[in-house]
Amino acid sequence: MSILIDETTRVIVQGFGRQGAFHAEQCIQYGTRIVGGVTPGKGGTQQLGLPVFDTVAQAVRELQPDASIVFVPPPGAADAILEAIAAGLALVVCITEGIPTRDMIQVRRFLQSGQTRLVGPNCPGVISPGKSKVGIMPGYIHKPPGRNGGVGLVSRSGTLTYEAVGQLTALGIGQSTCIGIGGDPIIGTSFVDAIRLLNEDPETRGIMMIGEIGGNAEEQAAEFIKKHVTKPVAGFIAGQTAPPGRRMGHAGAIISGGAGTAAEKIRAMESAGIQVAKSPADLGETMLRLIGKD
Amino acid sequence: MKIHEYQAKEILRRYQVPVPRGKAAFTADEAYEAARELGGGVVVKAQIHAGGRGKGGGVRLAANAEAARQIASSMLGMRLVTHQTGPEGRIVQRLLIEETLPIERELYLGIVLDRNLGKTVFMASRAGGVEIEEIARESPELILKQIIEPGAGLLAYQARALAFDMGIPAAAVPSAAAAMAALARAYEETDASLAEINPFILTKDGRACALDAKMNFDDNALYRHPEILALRDVNEEDPLEVEAGRYGLNYIKLDGNVGCMVNGAGLAMATMDIIKYAGGNPANFLDVGGGASAEQVKNAFRILLSDPNVKAVLINIFGGILRVDTLATGVVEAARALDVKVPIVLRLEGTNVEKGRRILADSGLNFTVASGMRDAAEKVVALASASVAR
Repeated sequence: MSILIDETTRVIVQGFGRQGAFHAEQCIQYGTRIVGGVTPGKGGTQQLGLPVFDTVAQAVRELQPDASIVFVPPPGAADAILEAIAAGLALVVCITEGIPTRDMIQVRRFLQSGQTRLVGPNCPGVISPGKSKVGIMPGYIHKPPGRNGGVGLVSRSGTLTYEAVGQLTALGIGQSTCIGIGGDPIIGTSFVDAIRLLNEDPETRGIMMIGEIGGNAEEQAAEFIKKHVTKPVAGFIAGQTAPPGRRMGHAGAIISGGAGTAAEKIRAMESAGIQVAKSPADLGETMLRLIGKD
Repeated sequence: MKIHEYQAKEILRRYQVPVPRGKAAFTADEAYEAARELGGGVVVKAQIHAGGRGKGGGVRLAANAEAARQIASSMLGMRLVTHQTGPEGRIVQRLLIEETLPIERELYLGIVLDRNLGKTVFMASRAGGVEIEEIARESPELILKQIIEPGAGLLAYQARALAFDMGIPAAAVPSAAAAMAALARAYEETDASLAEINPFILTKDGRACALDAKMNFDDNALYRHPEILALRDVNEEDPLEVEAGRYGLNYIKLDGNVGCMVNGAGLAMATMDIIKYAGGNPANFLDVGGGASAEQVKNAFRILLSDPNVKAVLINIFGGILRVDTLATGVVEAARALDVKVPIVLRLEGTNVEKGRRILADSGLNFTVASGMRDAAEKVVALASASVAR
């Protein structure tokens, strides 16, 4: 078991252009069942030897996918997500960075009435090591979970997630599922959503959450963990030295009006029993101390 | 993106939010002309992208046009320091000359995104003229909220409820409510990320008016608002940050001496943190993005090194799909082309890492290769302090 995706998940690519095809090829090499794609105006053509459709509805009719991965550029990305929701896909992973907030407000509204789970936007995607990768993360740094299960990882950041995964793998700890939830102010899947799924997943024996400054998603996750999570949780917050009022790359990473500081988040996490790594060099070690090797 | 008060008021005026009569002035003569046109006493307001201007001497009353000229000439070019500018302050280059109004009451209006709800929230308070953070801390019950449903705008009953609950007299409620609905429309249609009217006033003759105005905009949406992008005042931004933006780099200048170049915002923040733990101080935040090209690395290097405080540089790249050999080639080329003198510590991970390390070793340049983040941070901090000691 893993969460969200496994070796049977059928995936279509929305925005199956040069970038989309590059990453789709990497996914296929990892073992992901990419079954086709959607690029309006390119219906009837092929990409990587796979069929391309004009609309998601057509692709759904012909290919029966479970999930889509979205590479559509920012002006059309929210619309692409809405199209996937309307077509009833169970999972949409949006990689696109730079979608206007107003567009995402609209998406959030439609997510509430549909049956779709959105991961992202502005995220590296989801990987269940050894099974499937629906994202742009380098597959080879991951390690499939051991017999007793692996670590489920949830993070707002891309490369910092790779750092954490690299450290876990180097210490001989496999991962069940790693989810990059994205660095934007409005995202589809929150820390709480991801942690709830990982807590219920029998293959996940420990959880690692990697947050950053801005907003209060980590505080909410801490609250949830305190009440509901039975598995060991390790964590980290990036931006402990970031100055207030400056946006640190991610649109969501800003300390404003004294809220969203790393200190507050760490306090909330520690009071929920989460082992918080002080240094980003200790992400793997902190988890190891909690759960031991595979 | 931030804009000036006078620009925000021009936008609000277009949306029928009542604002005082006024005009921007770039010279003392223009200030005189503006004051003469307005007639009577005016207020001269320094235009910088920071709040707290009044306390710093950036908002002054002038009894007539001649006095406005005098005040303007002393204000233009002055270094205005407020609690939001930091000790270095901002040089005043633009002024807003406005009519003065007889104030009966000062209220507060604000619009922001509620991330949890994924919706816009309209805030109002009877405690205007004070900073909202202060109200939130001391009397949170005075902050009223209405959630704006996507696409619906601030509905008439919501605006009315806010107006009545703020204690606005019944006779003034229709005009205040109309102003609030108009403000919500302006926020929505311009893709703003913040709108704040503090104070929103009632005049002695019962009119509602936005006495101050602050608007920020969603950078991701600027592509569909060229008219707002045109309002950008680069004088208010750090020149290095402006230049970095031109190359798609995300750079923020800080005050330490360890320059850092990292791919990805989260890893870049974590790198700043670990430099601090190693006893150093980061000179900047710099995210070169996921698919950094050799050309971008070169530009990043140049921008990083144009900060004279930088005594050593840490390059921390978790390549992932980006190939480390490509990156190493870019770093070597950039270091040669720019004749880099400061020591450089590299921590590279990702595809083709061995090949990348060989390229660095064979370059004959003074690179220190580190393994892991802690090692990298300790090495770069040691090099930076050695360089300071010299």
